[in-house]
Amino acid sequence: MASVSVIEAGRPIAGRRSLLRTWRGGLQGSEFAWAIAFCIPYVAVFLAFVAYPIVYGLWLGHRPELFVELFHDPIFQMTIVNTIIYLAVGVNVKMFGALLLSGFFMRRGWWVKGLLMIYVLPWAVPALPTFISIHWMLNSQWGLLNNVVWDVFHIDGPGWLDTSRWLALGAVIVSYIWKNMPFWTVILLAGRMSIPQELYEAAEVDGATGLRRFVHISFPLLANLYLVCTLLSTIFTLGDFNTATFVSGGGPALTTHVLATLGIRDAFDIARPDLGVAAVMTALPLMIPLVLILMRKLRTSEVQL
Amino acid sequence: MSVVLLDKRSAARQSAATAAVKSKNYRLHRILTEAACLALAAVLIVWTLAPIYNMVMVALQSHNDVFTNDIWPKKPSLYSFWIVITEGYWYLEYFWHQFGNSLYIGVMTVFFTLFIASMVSFSISRMRLRHGWLLTNAALLTYVIPASFLAIPLYRIMQGYGLGNNVWSIVAVEVTFATPYAIFIFQQYGRSIPIELDEAARVDGASPWQVYYKIYLPMMAPALVAVGTYALLLAWNEYLYQFLLLSDKRSMTVPVALAQFLNSDESPWNYMMATAIIYAIPPVVIYYLFRGRMTSGLTMGGVKG
Repeated sequence: MASVSVIEAGRPIAGRRSLLRTWRGGLQGSEFAWAIAFCIPYVAVFLAFVAYPIVYGLWLGHRPELFVELFHDPIFQMTIVNTIIYLAVGVNVKMFGALLLSGFFMRRGWWVKGLLMIYVLPWAVPALPTFISIHWMLNSQWGLLNNVVWDVFHIDGPGWLDTSRWLALGAVIVSYIWKNMPFWTVILLAGRMSIPQELYEAAEVDGATGLRRFVHISFPLLANLYLVCTLLSTIFTLGDFNTATFVSGGGPALTTHVLATLGIRDAFDIARPDLGVAAVMTALPLMIPLVLILMRKLRTSEVQL
Repeated sequence: MSVVLLDKRSAARQSAATAAVKSKNYRLHRILTEAACLALAAVLIVWTLAPIYNMVMVALQSHNDVFTNDIWPKKPSLYSFWIVITEGYWYLEYFWHQFGNSLYIGVMTVFFTLFIASMVSFSISRMRLRHGWLLTNAALLTYVIPASFLAIPLYRIMQGYGLGNNVWSIVAVEVTFATPYAIFIFQQYGRSIPIELDEAARVDGASPWQVYYKIYLPMMAPALVAVGTYALLLAWNEYLYQFLLLSDKRSMTVPVALAQFLNSDESPWNYMMATAIIYAIPPVVIYYLFRGRMTSGLTMGGVKG
């Protein structure tokens, strides 16, 4: 009787202990305390500067009237169109260009390596100086571009940034491609270099060269990397503040804003933080699926950026 | 048997004939490819260097020459650089102080990013903390959310924390956005370090802190260098948060001071471009010095997709 009760009494304790053990992942006593302590700084940073701002932001922009107000605002409507064009054209042209150029930079020879060093310069230089330089370069009266146009064709170039919405938006997109294409070229170049050379040799024996080599070997092996890069680049571009701010400044007449710059303008220039947050939140229908796909892709595959 | 032999012989003769034709075509093809590559290289150089050339050209001009139609500096002089270095213009009166602020923020960001990210990675992947994947996911989530989208709530939160106009608010922000990538890289790189090293040290009686400090960190040195460079460049190049959170001339950083030039109507473009070049030189030098390590950091674990 007594022995039974001891066993009965012992069971829940053992159960509790093993529960505790599994929760701690096999770590014991002080080790577990150490493991937790190692995580505390990161958890604190995440809670204070990521989780809290997200919740606070959602609360700031939760009123439906804000969205009604936004969608009746012509500037906001233009901003949505601009953002879609910016993402669709900017990201895809840049990524496709990067894919082609990464093939070019696979060529052997010292001058190709030297060219690559020059080509990555836009990525190495901080964004601000170059975008300010482009802004001045496109000045209709004194800018370098129109001076060259005058010297070559003897005609006055257009006012790139201050006459037409489409010219200015085009300038923003081209500047964006100029700045970011080198980075993705280097990433795709690394992807190409990790393809074993034997595959190409085997393909050459089978008679696949040139375009067929690209279609049957390079592209299938690069496809996943290309997809992840495109998605990641889309989400980074959605948050790109510097390009539009410094190349066109949202002008002429607020027609070339994108969501990232319009949100900041609403919050700080006209002191409506709730409206600014709401403007940014209109990107959520695009952002949430992108974030989910990317988190899955980045966790499972070994793609690194 | 003989038929087969005959077939083989005639096939050999035929292939020799086609080879001669092919080699002629091949040579022509090669010359054309080479010419196309050189043309592409020329286009790439002009495309890449145009905004940078514009920056240098304007910096070498005098104020009056900026407002002409010259496409190269007629009387190049380093006067603008001298003005910047000696803080001889009222926008530049705290230039070196601001340069120091940028540097201080960069160094602190590197230190805290490496410290926080390496500790949490050690806990998750080396000590195998249960539910550590939650933290990995938190990091991934932070990585894919555009930083500019959190700017409005973070701005207000920083004011609430009493960190307005304080460089530490910037350090906090840059660390927040640099740690996710760092954790990502550390976890990937850590897989190449055998866990038996840790276990052997534990058997010999080392505490988790000693394992972290004496085994994990030295083994992770290449990843630390790559991530440190990344964090330094991130903090040095970032603009939006520094612009929002630092408005006092003495707490400002270089990019914020640079953008201030745009506020005046008749900007001294030559001083501005000289400032831009001095600001851009350190990150460019660091980028080229650590380029090899950065790309190996970028491709660690293989970009196979």
